Amino acid sequence: MGASTLRPDGIAKLKGLFEYAQDLQAENMLWGATVRSPHPRARIVSIDVAPALAVGGVHAVLTADDVPGRATFGLEHPDQPVLAGTEVNYWGEPVAIVAAEDEDTARRAASAVVVEYEVREPVIDPEQADRNDEVFRRMRINRGDQSVSGEVVVEGYYEVGMQDQAPLGTEAGLAIPDGHGGVDLYATSQFVHVDQEQVVASLGLRPEQVRSHPAGVGGAFGAREDVNLHIHLCLLALHTGQPVKMVYHRSESFTGHVHRHPARMWYRHEADREGRLVRVEAKVLLDGGAYASTTAAVLANACYFAVGPYNCASVSVVGIGSRTNNPPCGAMRGFGAVQVCFAHESQMDKLARALDMDPIELRRRNVLTEGSPLATTGQPIQTPMPIHEILDSLVSMPLPDVSEATDLLSLPGGTGLTTDREHVVRGVGYAIGIKNLGFSEGFDDYAQARVRLTDEGAIVETAAIEVGQGLVTVLAQIARTALGVSRAEVRHVDTSQIDSAGSTSASRQTQISGGATLQAATRLRERILHDYDADELDDDGVWRGETLVASMGALVTRDWQETVTFRHPRTEGPDENGQGTIHADFALAGHRAVVDVDPELGLVRVVRIDTAQDVGKALNPQSVRGQIEGGIMQGVGLAVMEELIVNDGIIRNPNFTDYLLPTILDAPDVEALLIEQDGSWGPFGAKGVGEPPTISSTAAVAAAIRNATGRSIDRVPVRPQDIAIA
Amino acid sequence: MIVSFVVNGQDVTARVMAPTSLLDVLRDELGLPGSKSACEQGECGSCSVILDGALVCSCLVMAGDAEGSSVITVEGVGESGVHPVQKAMHRAGAVQCGFCTPGIVVAAADLFENNPHPSTAEIKEALAGNICRCTGYGAIVRAFESLAAESR
Repeated sequence: MGASTLRPDGIAKLKGLFEYAQDLQAENMLWGATVRSPHPRARIVSIDVAPALAVGGVHAVLTADDVPGRATFGLEHPDQPVLAGTEVNYWGEPVAIVAAEDEDTARRAASAVVVEYEVREPVIDPEQADRNDEVFRRMRINRGDQSVSGEVVVEGYYEVGMQDQAPLGTEAGLAIPDGHGGVDLYATSQFVHVDQEQVVASLGLRPEQVRSHPAGVGGAFGAREDVNLHIHLCLLALHTGQPVKMVYHRSESFTGHVHRHPARMWYRHEADREGRLVRVEAKVLLDGGAYASTTAAVLANACYFAVGPYNCASVSVVGIGSRTNNPPCGAMRGFGAVQVCFAHESQMDKLARALDMDPIELRRRNVLTEGSPLATTGQPIQTPMPIHEILDSLVSMPLPDVSEATDLLSLPGGTGLTTDREHVVRGVGYAIGIKNLGFSEGFDDYAQARVRLTDEGAIVETAAIEVGQGLVTVLAQIARTALGVSRAEVRHVDTSQIDSAGSTSASRQTQISGGATLQAATRLRERILHDYDADELDDDGVWRGETLVASMGALVTRDWQETVTFRHPRTEGPDENGQGTIHADFALAGHRAVVDVDPELGLVRVVRIDTAQDVGKALNPQSVRGQIEGGIMQGVGLAVMEELIVNDGIIRNPNFTDYLLPTILDAPDVEALLIEQDGSWGPFGAKGVGEPPTISSTAAVAAAIRNATGRSIDRVPVRPQDIAIA
Repeated sequence: MIVSFVVNGQDVTARVMAPTSLLDVLRDELGLPGSKSACEQGECGSCSVILDGALVCSCLVMAGDAEGSSVITVEGVGESGVHPVQKAMHRAGAVQCGFCTPGIVVAAADLFENNPHPSTAEIKEALAGNICRCTGYGAIVRAFESLAAESR
């Protein structure tokens, strides 16, 4: 434990042998394709499937009328039609599905389905939706005396664009009918049990008739929490009696999953002359798009972390999650905390300027410490909260030299021969952020894991999804450490073989599935030692003092296994003022960004990000660093290039040519310090590490651009015109 | 049409429809799913192969144009064992979800074949056509920096 054990699936992935959902095959397999709405809002007048059925090789064309069970699905509220029947509410909404003998035929047949629409005016402005009371959730947080005011006041309006998770693997899956009316589903997912529940509901089957199997996943970042092709595949498989496979193309993937909520945020910070926050007011508007997905939870999170990791006794936060005809938005790494972090950190810098105070000093005077109440909910923080250590680390890490190199790759704009070195301005910016770990608001957040001792070593059985983050490595490390054996392997089992592990999201699996694994392995070891009246277990067997009581070979003739369901500390929903013990744990990170900017052309190169992160205990430092560097890159992407452009409800750049993702040439150098402190309830004191790197890295880059240019930088991604023309 | 070429040293023949890409033939007809399809337009490099010595995105190569050529896919890199670029990536923690990994392995094998001791800038330039969404590239750069330093 604490060692950088290498991934057990690493070599298979490197040799191209790892099987992803995209690679699955079955005998007599058909291919599925989806008919999607070309309008963001319309009434469906008629659907004619006959031309599609007339295409040779087509086995089925299904519409809303063919959904035998619940007509809708949804992670929190089942409000989204499996297939649109009477109306469509976003561009790309599924209307019909096709199964055919090969992929090309399926797509050709899909384009042959004739849907007559009566086009309606889409609602695209979230403020208009708010005025129309078209909302998924409203939040109000009031804490402390609402009448106080401070001598120094700063206000700001901030916007965050719509980011896409853009996992490299698109949505893919295979459904195989079991011959008895049931189905086995192998599909990209973050949460197979919730997929299974939704398939069961919409297919009108008994739970035991649907088994959802973990399949190889090419990244997730929140995009795979919601059902997309899962119900469709099972419908087609049961309708045709044959296995059906579907793989979304990239453009389809951009409409096939939810995105990060675009945000509009109005802020007012009031402080005394010494820089202590007296009052913070915020209004946060997130556009949820057409269907609920997780908007209610994302909005709540944005409100709970609207003040950031700071003390303030008087707080008012208003949150609105609007319903429009824009693309549905839901989970993405950071889950609401990212948007507000950009706003509260921009405000803190603005306040520092108003006070003529060093921005780090201003933060030091306000930061939360262990035992402080969270400014919004009043919940006392009962977990390590090493913000001073993070700030100390950031300011003491060496700054990079200003490059004198003439290498074009080191210039903003790169090899486009656009920027002269003498025009380049350097900027430095800081930001810190906080987020909850695990599910909040009273959600029964649990994970089951089973640990077995066999002649192959320890086996950890789980339905927790490995999306690339390294859960397969860390669960094996936990089992080995707790049992005392040197070999352990994680096996992903389907929904019929084990209870839920919950979602691979909210930075939660290391703590929660890790917690279940630790308890199961610990109890198994205790039972074995008790049965043999022994005091040590290792690869050789069980020992009493210097005597080997039973060899491992003899030991494993019995089926030693222990199954544990682990729950994190109980939480509760908010009261009418948004107060309560709402979160199970918290984590922090801070970032210092160094940028080079060409202010005339508005071009930015992110040179370096230094970070310090509150990790509790780093169970696998290499994996933790991987999460930190990857999370920072997504934060940098949001700061300077990643945005889905949505005009009139239509995504204008649903492809990798126009949706810009950072390449290796855009990647800043990253130095990361892991701050380890005891006190979290996670296994060995571990905290989740996946999301904190994404929370404040965006805000730090924005602050650095502001520092370099003097521009206000009140929206991300920062565009050339925000620098050059603003 | 019938297309005949050599993949990873073996003669292969495939019957393809005219607009089919080399990537689809490799994955669907020849049982070589290691090359990945992620963007279908040559932006992400997940489908990288070496075609007659040149690094290409196989999604942008018409299968018919592979006639008579020699193709190396990820399955053919370090065929009988683990290639040094694969070892270096494994050790450095440069693999997470792994979907971009086959393309990076092929591009890096091509780089080190032609330049055994690349500088950091050369490493980055050689991999500029490969998008990785998980790692932030840090571990990938470290992997190949340490490989470049080996046996120097």
